[in-house]
Amino acid sequence: MTVLFGVFLLVMLVITAVAIVHTRHLFVAVILTGIFSLLMAANFFLLDAADVALTEAAIGAGISTVLFLAALTLCDEHERAYASNRLLALSVVTVTTLIVIYATFDKPRFGDPMAPVHQHVAPWYFETTRDAIDVPNVVTAVLASFRGYDTLGEVFVVLTAGIGVLFLFGVRPTRKSELRKTSAPEPGQGLRHYLIPRVVGRLLIPFILLFGLYVQFHGDYGPGGGFQAGAIIAAAIILNALLEGESQALQVMPQKLLTGLMAGGALLYGGVGVATLFMGGNFLDYSVLAADPVSGQHWGILLIEAGVGITVTGVLISVYHAFASREKH
Amino acid sequence: MELLGLIHYWVFAVLLMIGFYAVTAKSNLIKKLIGLSIFQAAVFLLYITMGKVEGGTAPILQAGVENAILSNPLPQVLILTAIVVGISTTALGLGIVVRIKEEYGSIEERDIQEIDRR
Amino acid sequence: MALLLDIASWALLSIGGIFVFIGGIGALRMPNLYTRMHAASLTDTMGAILIIVGVILQAGASLAAIKLAAILLFLLLTSPTASNALASAAMLAGVRPAAIDEDQEERGE
Repeated sequence: MTVLFGVFLLVMLVITAVAIVHTRHLFVAVILTGIFSLLMAANFFLLDAADVALTEAAIGAGISTVLFLAALTLCDEHERAYASNRLLALSVVTVTTLIVIYATFDKPRFGDPMAPVHQHVAPWYFETTRDAIDVPNVVTAVLASFRGYDTLGEVFVVLTAGIGVLFLFGVRPTRKSELRKTSAPEPGQGLRHYLIPRVVGRLLIPFILLFGLYVQFHGDYGPGGGFQAGAIIAAAIILNALLEGESQALQVMPQKLLTGLMAGGALLYGGVGVATLFMGGNFLDYSVLAADPVSGQHWGILLIEAGVGITVTGVLISVYHAFASREKH
Repeated sequence: MELLGLIHYWVFAVLLMIGFYAVTAKSNLIKKLIGLSIFQAAVFLLYITMGKVEGGTAPILQAGVENAILSNPLPQVLILTAIVVGISTTALGLGIVVRIKEEYGSIEERDIQEIDRR
Repeated sequence: MALLLDIASWALLSIGGIFVFIGGIGALRMPNLYTRMHAASLTDTMGAILIIVGVILQAGASLAAIKLAAILLFLLLTSPTASNALASAAMLAGVRPAAIDEDQEERGE
């Protein structure tokens, strides 16, 4: 039964990808990319990767679609068709596909517990998580503790992307006279267009924020963690910005606060590492943070996941504001 | 089960090349970025497929249950990082595209090259 | 009792699936944007209700059932709102609903 479901999802993925490349209306392509990410998240869940499915759904289907649409409002919506030499590209692509398919016959059997990928470090991670860290979600333990240095690099990549976008744009608050508040209907339209989304949005935003906090702190026990929580909280704030207008949103969370969040999360993460150095351990060795090594690990994971969540929230909201407050030329 | 695995890898190959085609053969910059994200998603699919163990569940240790079959957590950690890095590069790429549009007036690659040649 | 629950949840899931399928056919075959929205949003919400209630019957009385009920409540709030927002946006963009011509009305059609 799951075989049927898996094959169905994979075929839908291929059809959606072909449709994305084929369509010339970019808005359609962006919405199809959101559908593609959601199908991919469902497929990840079928492959037992619950954390990855949550991240792909929150970031790929949620934030990525919003960022693409925000950039699309500043550019043209249609792609121009060129009479180009597509035959060469298509033949190269087809030949490479066949070569890769030929190579996949050499891969170990799907799901084989004796495959090389399951032999070396993975069993050690399972044993050591139970003894030294005592956190049920092994993915969080590996991400935050065993591979904490990689995650530090990742937080800095997110921070760098945020800094890059801010440099490219420079968020300026929109002048009051130019801003059409989304709540005021145009004269002659008659309908209070945005009443229902505003009411429902105001009702839902606190619950979305609460859910984001739940995902942040529940990452030790189930799928969750800093990245997913950052994306969900950023989505709630972006929803508020969409409903109330840019100037209101920038009054609620001014750009200085967002920049502070961006840098503060990375600072918290690096600070935990430096603190462990001063307390006598290695860099990012959380066992020295408390009297008992296991609770030291818990403290370390809590602090760095908070740092990750803070930075991701700050960066995603800053990037959205950078796109949304830009006037179209 | 083996056929399902092979189908996963074939879909990986097809999606990889669809994304690659969009990046190289399409002229519109936003279409290229979308193709790049399809390419990245195909690589994620490959890694997560490799991490699946037959009859396993998500790698969450249950209290008191010993010797449960769990899927490999290591590819999942790598892909978690990769998804976030992917969205970061997409955001930065979109910023560059918008600036190109403001400076050149077009996001079609041929127009930009023609303006540069003048 | 368990068999009764199974049959009920099986029926609910199938009917929910049929609703969504009908919505898909409607979204393809309808002539205008607003009629397509009407077909897709109504059947989508109804199908979601039936499917989630069917899965709740499978889950029994457990934490999963409460989580599913919360998801259902969330869907009931957001799905019609999204359809409303989409139709309002289309109205603002200038897409006009199909209307009967004046002369057709005079001719008594």
